[in-house]
Amino acid sequence: MKSKQKKWYDYLWIMSLLYLLLGFFNILFAWLGLICFVVPLLISIWKGNKGYCNHYCGRGQLFALLGNKLKLSRQRNIPAFLRSNWFRYGFLTFFLIMFGNMLFSTYLVFSELRSLNEVVTLMWTIKLPWNWAYQGTRVIPGVAQFAFGFYSLMLTSTLLGMVTMVLFRPRSWCVYCPMGTMTQAVCKIKHKN
Amino acid sequence: MSIQKRKRYASIDKKECVACGSCIKICPLAAITVPKGIHAEVNRNQCIGCGKCLKSCPASVIEIVDEVMHKEDISYEKQTKKVV
Repeated sequence: MKSKQKKWYDYLWIMSLLYLLLGFFNILFAWLGLICFVVPLLISIWKGNKGYCNHYCGRGQLFALLGNKLKLSRQRNIPAFLRSNWFRYGFLTFFLIMFGNMLFSTYLVFSELRSLNEVVTLMWTIKLPWNWAYQGTRVIPGVAQFAFGFYSLMLTSTLLGMVTMVLFRPRSWCVYCPMGTMTQAVCKIKHKN
Repeated sequence: MSIQKRKRYASIDKKECVACGSCIKICPLAAITVPKGIHAEVNRNQCIGCGKCLKSCPASVIEIVDEVMHKEDISYEKQTKKVV
């Protein structure tokens, strides 16, 4: 058997964990989460594969670690409907609509039509006060608003991933991850012929 | 006289696979790849059917099949059955 030597990217789960922690101290770190949006798309468009999901996704690694090493997962089969195309693409659509909604809120704050809302919204409904993580005036309010919105998105998806990690297999989030669905769709289009 | 050749290997439901790559990481023989980002593919010559990928697959789309080949005279009769 070939020995499996750990590579540098096998430790990217630390970055995912760090990202979540940094958001508790300074919300502006949330901007770093854009890496998880842009890099998978760029890889799928340029290289035509899911290299990000397959090797570099720190979140997937974190779930695998929690589920396997810490044995937090029940290791059950995921219900078939969660891997069906209508659910995966439906969830992607919902996610993109909510992302658009967040961008619109950012635009309103940028245009000074609305004041900065220092809250993190969990599951798109539960508003948690998060004012301690924003210390002030170094950036314009719109930049901070995007950070609050984006961190809400990242925290919500992590929470959903945690729940399915416990209920089913460690990386169950990967089945309906909007970025995974989107990059797979890009690859399907790219390799159509 | 009949000679039997057995081969166990992982088989992936390509239509249902989400190409996440969990199986790539767990495979001790590096027998699985996701070459085009659409679904995983198993190299049957390398795969020994250990079942590690099956346990790690979050979409539960991998099964281990036991292929039995009977050699009678010069012809092979292939029987495939799902074992896990």
